[in-house]
Amino acid sequence: MVDFHGWDMPINYGSQIEEHHAVRQGCGIFDVSHMTILDFEGSESELFIRKLIANDVRKLQENYSGLYSAMLNDKGFVIDDLIAYRMDKGFRLVVNCATRGEDLKWISARAKEYEVNMLERDDLSMVAIQGPQSPNVLKNFPAPIDFLKEKKRQQGIFQDDVFAAKTGYTGELGFEVILPNEKAIDLWNIAISEGAKPIGLAARDTLRLEAGMNLYGFEMDETISPFECNMGWTVCWQDEQRDFFGKESLIKQKESNDLKELVGIITDEKVILRQGQKIHLEKENHARGVVTSGTYSPSLKMPIALARLPKSDSTSCFAEIRGKRVKAIIGSPKFIKEGKVIFKEKV
Amino acid sequence: MSSDNEVRYLSSHEWGRIDEEGILTVGISDHAQDLLGDIVFVELPEVGDMLEAEGESAIVESVKAASDVYSPLTGEVIEINEKLLDEPEIINSSPLEDGWFFKIKIDDDLQFTDLLTAEEYNDTCED
Repeated sequence: MVDFHGWDMPINYGSQIEEHHAVRQGCGIFDVSHMTILDFEGSESELFIRKLIANDVRKLQENYSGLYSAMLNDKGFVIDDLIAYRMDKGFRLVVNCATRGEDLKWISARAKEYEVNMLERDDLSMVAIQGPQSPNVLKNFPAPIDFLKEKKRQQGIFQDDVFAAKTGYTGELGFEVILPNEKAIDLWNIAISEGAKPIGLAARDTLRLEAGMNLYGFEMDETISPFECNMGWTVCWQDEQRDFFGKESLIKQKESNDLKELVGIITDEKVILRQGQKIHLEKENHARGVVTSGTYSPSLKMPIALARLPKSDSTSCFAEIRGKRVKAIIGSPKFIKEGKVIFKEKV
Repeated sequence: MSSDNEVRYLSSHEWGRIDEEGILTVGISDHAQDLLGDIVFVELPEVGDMLEAEGESAIVESVKAASDVYSPLTGEVIEINEKLLDEPEIINSSPLEDGWFFKIKIDDDLQFTDLLTAEEYNDTCED
């Protein structure tokens, strides 16, 4: 167990590689109650959330559906990434644990000008069930979570105090369930008895990295533009009338030429790419790129990383590892989806 | 004098087992493999390398962290466990037996008794 921002959390229950494969091949269950759940109600809750985040919740037609978004500061850099859900009476944001303090400060200060109430839901737990077998593992749970498997990603249900959405942090079919603390234990026990394996933080990290999903403090922080962490697609420009925090700065960022990009890199050398290692592009002596997250990929059985690099035509680069330069191939910032390799080398 | 096949430790989590011919087999402790978690690569010295007591001799990389491995004593490498290059997970499953790293011929087996006994080593792990 480790102290993770005030929560006692397991790094691994046994072998982290076995936990990783359990999710890719069967089903894993994660206690993610450390995530911060914020509910917004009030006559201007939609107005406020549309201003607060860079994606547009007006896209959410159905109740309990959600979208991924960045919350930006005035410079257009990332305060946090989050999922926003449309609820019966307003919106629910699921934000990170590590950024909770800063998020609450930022949001409460800006909510004052709106008819909106924010409530932190520490009476709720959050459990993720991930892997191709996850619908089967949940078929005997009272709320019909398994029925979501036919729905699009980010769709949800709400029944008997149980909120569930088809989403996750692994690249596999799966659900995130938000429910009262006492019901969470039942959910956990039912899933385990149906064959789900408990998964710790270590495998959570290798799974999200293979899926090419960002981790706050690694791929992004409040000095990083959404365009430099593969989050440009989450910024919604559709409604030109809509203002959101950071919008003006983003427009300026788009015009600048020195934005870097987040890429995936792999190498067949016997090393591990890790956060902070410097990256040299071909033909360049000074390092201008950096590994944002790196690991050993249990699925590919090789080192993989996300790295932020200057835009270039290079198809390979060199990572500086313990004084040595190790050649790596540049490609898409995604490696595995639903058990299949989706990494594409740059050509 | 040391007894045959006794295992002694460095506080940096390496073990050495000495035989009657003064050959020291070296590996990392069960505690060390547990701290590292799943080991995915290992870099071993080459046969013929001269290693120094408490000098760098090998590198283990687990998914979590990279870690230097130090030689408990001074000596020449006479054999390495090549199996580890393809199956580094042996270090997790059998750190004290099949997961040995290399063997060195030590020139002075009196050095051996300067290393920590199992009991002394276990005490250092409890901190």
